[in-house]
Amino acid sequence: MSLDTNAETSATPEGQPVLSIQGIYKSFGGVHAVDGCSFEVNKGSITGLIGPNGAGKTTLFTIVTGFIKPDSGSVLLHGKDVTGEEPHELFHKGLVRTFQIPHEFHGLTTLENLMAVPAEQDGENLFKTWFMPGAVAKREAEVRALAEDTLSFLGLDRVRDELAGNLSGGQKKLLELGRSMMSGAEIVLLDEPGAGVNPTLLLQLGEKIQRLNEERGITFCIVEHNMDMIARLCDPVVVMAAGSVLTQGNMDDIRKDQRVLEAYLGSQTAEAS
Amino acid sequence: MSDQMIGYSSYLITLLTMVAIYGVMGLGLNLNWGVTGLFNVGIAGFFAIGAYTAAILTTEETGKHIGGFDMPFWVGAIAAMITSAILAWFVGKICIRLRSDYLAIATIGIAEILRLILKNEMWATNGARGISNIPKPFESLGGLAGPLAFLALVVGILIVVYVLLEKGQHSPWGRIMRAIRDNELAARASGKNVERLRLEAFIIGSSIMGLGGALSAHYFKFIGLEATEPLLTTFLIWVMMIVGGSGNNRGVLLGALIIWSLWSMSEMVIQAFSLTGEFAVRVPYMRMFIIGLVLNIVLQKYGQGILPERHPGGKDAQPKR
Repeated sequence: MSLDTNAETSATPEGQPVLSIQGIYKSFGGVHAVDGCSFEVNKGSITGLIGPNGAGKTTLFTIVTGFIKPDSGSVLLHGKDVTGEEPHELFHKGLVRTFQIPHEFHGLTTLENLMAVPAEQDGENLFKTWFMPGAVAKREAEVRALAEDTLSFLGLDRVRDELAGNLSGGQKKLLELGRSMMSGAEIVLLDEPGAGVNPTLLLQLGEKIQRLNEERGITFCIVEHNMDMIARLCDPVVVMAAGSVLTQGNMDDIRKDQRVLEAYLGSQTAEAS
Repeated sequence: MSDQMIGYSSYLITLLTMVAIYGVMGLGLNLNWGVTGLFNVGIAGFFAIGAYTAAILTTEETGKHIGGFDMPFWVGAIAAMITSAILAWFVGKICIRLRSDYLAIATIGIAEILRLILKNEMWATNGARGISNIPKPFESLGGLAGPLAFLALVVGILIVVYVLLEKGQHSPWGRIMRAIRDNELAARASGKNVERLRLEAFIIGSSIMGLGGALSAHYFKFIGLEATEPLLTTFLIWVMMIVGGSGNNRGVLLGALIIWSLWSMSEMVIQAFSLTGEFAVRVPYMRMFIIGLVLNIVLQKYGQGILPERHPGGKDAQPKR
């Protein structure tokens, strides 16, 4: 690696790797879920991560965001080794993920779901809520305003006060995206944002991701099975198979790559649809 | 006032004092389970630590147990909160990562271990004979004034605990605790240090239970092993919270009033029958039966307790389960 390990957090220049995944291994019992996977996500990109079911994409996300620890290998964020750090530590360094199956706070309203996310909330300190109500109310008003903005960006205004557990599958997906927006993260890993979302909403979702990328400079890495969406949004695209990177490049080249077809169709025909 | 009136008033004061003490502990449990989703079944343990701490600090020297510091009431009460918080910190450090059902097993086990320690460490606790002559605030007032002043003290403490917890629950702090209860994974993905926050809620809730223990010790002027039995503390308080409405502090207080009234009155009803022999031995179990029956009836009619948790989205925003 030729990265400057002393690089400051947001000092990574456009087009340089903000996230480097280096030789990650992880096995569960006899299953090598991730088997020596290495690739980089460049700043300002929307990097696609595709591959047949069981290729290890979600496990890799889970490792990169600190939810489980790899057996070996390392994760570099802005050139600094962050392997094995807790999710909340990585959150504060600007790296967040969403979930393939939406994980909402079902007993909180849509608005509250978003308001729960931002860091540095005075009101999350019990003593401040008791003895410094002024500071708490001020920050709470800021957080509320940000959450309202996010709701209208996502078109979720109408379900603002609905309990998140009552939202539709697609709305929950949008809420997942909203949560990553509320975090203020620079790098967002989206795990199948399109799964279970109707085609119209899917187009909107893609546009929203693109806008966030262009307007706010958020770097995305997206796991997705919808190839149209990948082709529309992502460059480059990384193909994973059997736990490691098979190839990477732009979508047109990937489509022509015989090995990719084999990986999808080969022994896993039944799952490739 | 006639003797009968004094009798009724005295009973009412006793009843309300007990309701308030149970109310304090119920609020602690509600923070643990109702708000944060921590399955704490070790209430008796935290109650006992609080009660014994207060007893040891406030009694006079007897030679039968450690202590004899003759400290004022409030020193014992604050110390009770501190010692139960320390116990909660130790327990929490080891167990807080456990999923709810495993946390339940761990906490009930620790409470039982603690009971055995209290029973066997005679030098410290006077074993099964317990600690007596614990000073009761305002007792010197005599008549009804003494108990009434003590009731006012306990209710005052209850109100302070209630107001502080309500403030916390309806702040971003409460929001994040409810978020953890709803979905721990999402809370972690939202950058929350879930382990630390769960530990925080566990310690605060447990120290409130310890405060309840101190109040109980002063009220009865005695703390012995019977008071630390899980039936009287742990399970009765759980029933109060579930009947009243887990997650709703007012509901928990209502639950304490209903369940303690039933518990207390059922004893009088049973005594009125003046049974003899085998029946007299067995009939106290009827009280447990009645409490269980009430729990079932209430849950049939009100699935989330009599006063369910209030959702900010209004009445229509009900979870579908």
